[in-house]
Amino acid sequence: MKVTTDKINSNLIKEVEEVSGQKVSACFQCAKCTGGCPVVWAMDVYPHQILRYAQLGLADELLNSKTLWICASCQTCDSRCPREVDIPKVIEALRLVLLRARGGNYLHPNNLPARVLENAPQQGLVSAFRKYAR
Amino acid sequence: MKRIGVFLCWCGSNIAATVDIEETMAAARKMPGVVYVDHNKYTCSEIGQAMIREAIAAHRLDRVVIGSCSPRMHENTFRKTVEAAGLNPFYLEIANIREQCSWVHKDKLTATEKAISLIRTAVAKAARSEPLFSTEMSIERRALVIGGGIAGIQAALDIADAGFEVDLVEKEPSIGGRMAQLDKTFPTLDCSACILTPKMVDVAQHGNINLITYSEVEKVEGFVGNFTVTIRNRARSVDMEKCTGCGDCYAKCPSKVDSEFEMGLAKRRAIYTPFPQAVPNKPAIDRANCRYFTSGKCKVCQKVCPAGAIDYEQQDQLVEKKYGAIVVATGFDTHKLDNYGEYAYGKHPDVITSLEFERLVNASGPTGGKILRPSNGQPPKNVAFIQCVGSRDKAKGNPYCAKICCMYTAKHAILLSEKVPGANAFVFYIDVRTPGKDYEEFYNRAYEECGATYIRGNVSKVFPDGDKLVVRSVDALSGALVELVVDMVVLATSVDARADARELAQKLSITTNAYNFFNEAHPKLRPVETQTAGVFLAGACQGPKDIPDTVAQASAAAVKVVSLLNKESLLSNPTVAEVDIKLCSGDMSCLAVCPYGAIAEKFIEERHGREIRKRRVAEVNTALCQGCGACTVACRPGAINLKGFTNEQILAEVDAICL
Amino acid sequence: MRYSYYPGCTLKTKAKVFEDTTLQTARALGLEFAEVEEWQCCGALYPLNTEEVFPLLSPVRSLAQARAAGCTKLVTLCAGCYNVFRRTNRTMRSDAEVRGKINGYLEEDYRGQVDVVHYLEILKNDVGFAELAEKVSRRLEGRKIAPYYGCLLLKPRNEMDFDDVENPTIFEDFLRALGANVVEYPYRTECCGSYLSMANEEVAATAVGRILTSAFKNGAEALVVACPLCKYNLEEYQKGFREAAGSPAAGIPVLYFTELLAEALDVREQDGQ
Repeated sequence: MKVTTDKINSNLIKEVEEVSGQKVSACFQCAKCTGGCPVVWAMDVYPHQILRYAQLGLADELLNSKTLWICASCQTCDSRCPREVDIPKVIEALRLVLLRARGGNYLHPNNLPARVLENAPQQGLVSAFRKYAR
Repeated sequence: MKRIGVFLCWCGSNIAATVDIEETMAAARKMPGVVYVDHNKYTCSEIGQAMIREAIAAHRLDRVVIGSCSPRMHENTFRKTVEAAGLNPFYLEIANIREQCSWVHKDKLTATEKAISLIRTAVAKAARSEPLFSTEMSIERRALVIGGGIAGIQAALDIADAGFEVDLVEKEPSIGGRMAQLDKTFPTLDCSACILTPKMVDVAQHGNINLITYSEVEKVEGFVGNFTVTIRNRARSVDMEKCTGCGDCYAKCPSKVDSEFEMGLAKRRAIYTPFPQAVPNKPAIDRANCRYFTSGKCKVCQKVCPAGAIDYEQQDQLVEKKYGAIVVATGFDTHKLDNYGEYAYGKHPDVITSLEFERLVNASGPTGGKILRPSNGQPPKNVAFIQCVGSRDKAKGNPYCAKICCMYTAKHAILLSEKVPGANAFVFYIDVRTPGKDYEEFYNRAYEECGATYIRGNVSKVFPDGDKLVVRSVDALSGALVELVVDMVVLATSVDARADARELAQKLSITTNAYNFFNEAHPKLRPVETQTAGVFLAGACQGPKDIPDTVAQASAAAVKVVSLLNKESLLSNPTVAEVDIKLCSGDMSCLAVCPYGAIAEKFIEERHGREIRKRRVAEVNTALCQGCGACTVACRPGAINLKGFTNEQILAEVDAICL
Repeated sequence: MRYSYYPGCTLKTKAKVFEDTTLQTARALGLEFAEVEEWQCCGALYPLNTEEVFPLLSPVRSLAQARAAGCTKLVTLCAGCYNVFRRTNRTMRSDAEVRGKINGYLEEDYRGQVDVVHYLEILKNDVGFAELAEKVSRRLEGRKIAPYYGCLLLKPRNEMDFDDVENPTIFEDFLRALGANVVEYPYRTECCGSYLSMANEEVAATAVGRILTSAFKNGAEALVVACPLCKYNLEEYQKGFREAAGSPAAGIPVLYFTELLAEALDVREQDGQ
């Protein structure tokens, strides 16, 4: 991982800020988001690092991060953020950028276990496909 | 025809980089009445001022227009300059081509066009200016200090030492304020009470200081040199003359309530002195919690008082006093934690605020200076300190940094290591800020010598687990998730303005910022003055501040008061309203809009043929008038003029812009 | 009082018992729930980006219908629907640009005139918990019940305005009105993993395990929820969790709050009507 002027000046931050409507530069890295995230242990890049990587234009590290698919948009982090950054929206923007660039979907109905298809509530299925597919 | 000189200032590159000076000069030469135009790199410099004085003499100028920074900055400087050259100081007009032009525009063409327009306006006004003269006013050579914390104490002592009488008004039964609640003080760890108590005693014994406790400022009238202040002496229910301070009353009082001084960690009685070293050491009855006042029965204190000092019949007294100057030193409140449910404050007894921790460490506190868990009275082994609670949080708290928390938290970590050997301090921070003499070294000591572990991460949640508390965060430096099991959590609560700060500001005609801290007149160059002449600020009421800064500011405010009271008299501001009684219709619209109570009605007698009739007209009290001009706008017949800003001048300015 | 009632997809299928007990108890309390006609799926998630506006069409259509029907309040049950409706309504009130687009498309003039409420809010504000307590005929005396709020009712903090995000009390007050013993535990607002159970099951399972352990340690005998997805996750992973951790926490029943309400009001016999 290396920070360069080219990366910092890349378009990714602008695109993420536009799609999310959030100001990535507002974050001062207190990391309160990460401290309270209920699924942080499953993430490779922590929520405060997502914002830091975005500030530094570390596009590859962001777009390859498992975190984009782990965040459950529970909004615990943004409800405590002292800088009023809606982090799930930033993560959502990255997910959208990625799904658009790669075209593929993260989740396909064929990959769901029969047990899940059988028992899961409609609410869960609709949510998952809204999040994970385009 | 007037002979007007126009002087343009470059202000280095501040103006000259955006406004074309040559072109503006060329335009000014063509303006009516202008006989001389010149420019200077720094007009406010001695060279620049000399140039103006010489030009006045050489070209027989009788009006001067300077295109420069805001009149707020240098109007007084330049008035003195023209006065030195023999002109009336009010023959000067300033066109603000910096703040209102070069600083707010980027394009040189439009900025130049605007600068020319502003100069033309000032020239039009200057051509119509009249000489104005100040009158002398007497000064009431006494000072009022509002608030008896360390800021008010220091200011009062300094003013009194300079030989002036001071009234020190404190709303609690004792002076001492927040500093009296503290244990040790950073960065030297000297005992707060040990250095404060002697000053409190000095206040009590000083021949020039009149201590007025359990009292509040009710109303402020008048102006610099001549304030009239109404003070409410709340009914103490104790005769201060008779009371000897023996303490029998509060030993026997049956009614117990949470002690404000002990931050609710201990009880006090309904009749009480806030703390043992109180000054004056005489109690007051808190009527809201007194058995006699709430139920009509009890009177135990009266029975036990050997001096017969208890007086249930006392009433609040309103006292009116005169002062030449006022120092506001009302201090701060700690931030309410209603928005921080994630820290479990109020849900778990071992989650406490920093001020509560001060009481726990304090030898005169509820635990006699032993750090003990409120839940079980045992010493804690692991303590988490959370910084920035309610600070630097624009979503749920104050967006500003409270300035003192980094240092007092380092102090708490050091005190913990001293008082509870083997205990561990974990300090969660966003940034550690220690600018100040010996401050960084003090912080270094906390982690280097006293073993505190600093973790860069804001705590997200605190929750109970059995009889312990779990603290969840992340160490942002290593990227390691943090989940600590601790015995106590100390919240470094932010600093708020007093809840009633706005109300007091209104009484004093001073302003506050968005967070209700009182505004200084200039953030750098007039830090203890306010926009209201004669009213000065000291301590945390102006913004979060530690003790050294507070004391320095209090002494500075005292100097300002002393230099004011030292004057034989004050010069009045001549730009006041003036009524032309020939035009005045007597409908008194002006009186209704005057914010300073400077307009009164007056009856004049006029001869109509043989008959003498009485007619109502408005009259301006020039001592009270602040020159705001509201009356001139409200006056329908146009009978009121503000001197220096006459209707004729203002219309000429409008014409200069529009025609 | 008459309310416009939006059941949502799950209440008509997997969470039939949620709807049944809702309608039974509303009837018993004299509340008239008139189902929105030809309602469509709310979309399950409020869009978290600035580009998607059209997912709001469906909820606005239902809201406009509620208004046309003369109702001032639209009630929802599923926490997902509630979250979407509440936020959509807020947007329609405050964002003129989005409002213009949606209304233009729907040929409506909806400006957020209807209030979106959750059934719990009706019980608290319109019925009143004190009055509710008086109507309870079979008090849930001695039942140790842990409320589980999840996320969607409460968050985002500044948009939902449902209860204190960190220290909510509405569920506790509700349970006390029914006579139950409320179990306090710190995980009552921690996320259950939500839709991660569709694609990242191990993550959801771990999240669920923590919640259940915490509730059990504090003496819970049952959990009460307002969200079908929370209920699914909390039930689905109990088994795996028990096997993995050998924890006695497994086997805690997870109930909709309306099931308890129906029991307390003694109207459950009508099940299966």
